Amino acid sequence: MNKARTNPFNTAMMHGALILYVLIALFPVFVILINSFKTRKAIFREPLALPDAESFSLIGYQTVMKQGDFFLYFQNSMIVTVVTLFFVLMFGAMAAFALSEYRFKGNMLMGLYLALGIMIPIRIGTVAILELMVATGLVNSLWALILVYTAQGLPLAVFILSEFMRQVSDDLKNAGRIDGLSEYTIFFRLVLPLVRPAMATVAVFNMIPIWNDLWFPLILAPSEETKTLTLGSQVFIGQFVTDWNAVLSALSMAILPVLILYVIFSRQLIRGITSGAVK
Amino acid sequence: MQNRRIRWHIAVFLAPAVLVYTAVMIFPLFNTLRLALYSKVDQERVFVGLTNFRTLFLDPIWSEQFWNALGNNFWFFIIHMLVQNPIGIALAAILSHPRLRFAALYRSAIFIPTILSFVIVGFAWKLILSPIWGIAPSMLDAVGLKSLFAPWLGKEEYALTTLALISVWQFVGIPMMLIYAALLSIPEEILEAGEVDGITGMASFWKIKLPLILPSIGIISILTFVGNFNAFDLIYAAQGALAGPDFSTDILGTFMYRTFFGFQLQLGDPHMGSAIAGAMFAIILVGVCIYLFGIQTRMRRYQL
Repeated sequence: MNKARTNPFNTAMMHGALILYVLIALFPVFVILINSFKTRKAIFREPLALPDAESFSLIGYQTVMKQGDFFLYFQNSMIVTVVTLFFVLMFGAMAAFALSEYRFKGNMLMGLYLALGIMIPIRIGTVAILELMVATGLVNSLWALILVYTAQGLPLAVFILSEFMRQVSDDLKNAGRIDGLSEYTIFFRLVLPLVRPAMATVAVFNMIPIWNDLWFPLILAPSEETKTLTLGSQVFIGQFVTDWNAVLSALSMAILPVLILYVIFSRQLIRGITSGAVK
Repeated sequence: MQNRRIRWHIAVFLAPAVLVYTAVMIFPLFNTLRLALYSKVDQERVFVGLTNFRTLFLDPIWSEQFWNALGNNFWFFIIHMLVQNPIGIALAAILSHPRLRFAALYRSAIFIPTILSFVIVGFAWKLILSPIWGIAPSMLDAVGLKSLFAPWLGKEEYALTTLALISVWQFVGIPMMLIYAALLSIPEEILEAGEVDGITGMASFWKIKLPLILPSIGIISILTFVGNFNAFDLIYAAQGALAGPDFSTDILGTFMYRTFFGFQLQLGDPHMGSAIAGAMFAIILVGVCIYLFGIQTRMRRYQL
């Protein structure tokens, strides 16, 4: 190995730069989390100190529990995300299979049509989407969000999944056909299990933007029963601006589920990005 | 025989995706563009042609807001290009070093802000930068720079730049990951061949790696462009729909939201909202076309 690549001074510099950036990246999250467990006095007197026996307090969390319906918001976010992911993966895989497996007239055109949505943000169509949801009576229901996010997620899902489905061996599918399997059975029993890793990548990619979106919950489903966690915490914080304990606790409660999900799925996510699925 | 039979299963496989996508995305998109050509007169929707766009670009009250939002949006984008992408590339270059330990740990930690919602990020930074709480001033004090502190989010001249930097802080993980992936795909032999010729360290980054990852930098630029001209959440979470102070942080997304939904005493106007959406659509389309035809096709790609 060349000397320049293992020089201890360079190594120290690299670690120094990375540690500095990690500190910048994590500092705000850390400050919010530690201060959510402190009394109001301690929050202001020593914002950077860890909570100790004297300054420890759960008053903020108590306010949040009493005033905000965070379990409902959490449940709504969960329903919207999980159902959307199911539809995106199901419909996306079916369309990707049709495009990658069969030769038919308009195949290319259909592929291009579905790929349009990768670059054009769905938010541009918000005015007409709201009219559509009002006309169909879906406004202020979780279905409005599920439909919008499904439409938003499909283009990239079809694109990524059809790339992967082209790699599934033809011999396998033809063997199935000779054994008399229907096209549906081939898709569900042979192909789907083989592209599971790609489906996981698509799921992780879709999950974060859906969970964090503020725009569509604000416009399509702002009622108390359908608020998502993101919108719910936004509204709650807006109302409790001066109650620092409550605001910090609400922020922490919004951070924690995402952080837990990230710890579980970060390998999948990073592998998905670095495997070139989005190139 | 096989060819003449209609293959229904193809239609069955395609139908759900195409139906949902067409009904909820493509149709509303065009319908929004169509609505921009209408206006409400005496409770009825009447066709007015390009009047809404004329109002938007030329009417003093509207055009001032529109050009302000557009200019702010460009500044927002420029900051991302100048700060976010170079930092992302630099971090990726360090992380892709073959002998670096704890690379996975650093990578995961730096990506954490990207997974947080705009609401969390907006409020967290608002609290940290708040003069009431005093974390930012006391930290500056610790390094002897207290005089530099100002309530950045509350000052017209700093607020937009501050918000853009907060957004950079949040999204630096995305260019980092994509460039990291591109750097990893460079074959070791090329770098070794460079070393034989005496190109090592920084020189190997500038002369060998950077030209090879240019296509990825192009992709990042267009993703940043589309994301920035579609941004809304962070500004709304941190500054509200009025994009204060005095509209200095107003971008197209917040402008469209205010116009469409109304605020305070102004009533919402879906037709003017659609006109702004139409302008956003045109800007994004122009950006994507410049990328696809102007940059991507001219970029040299090396067969690896």
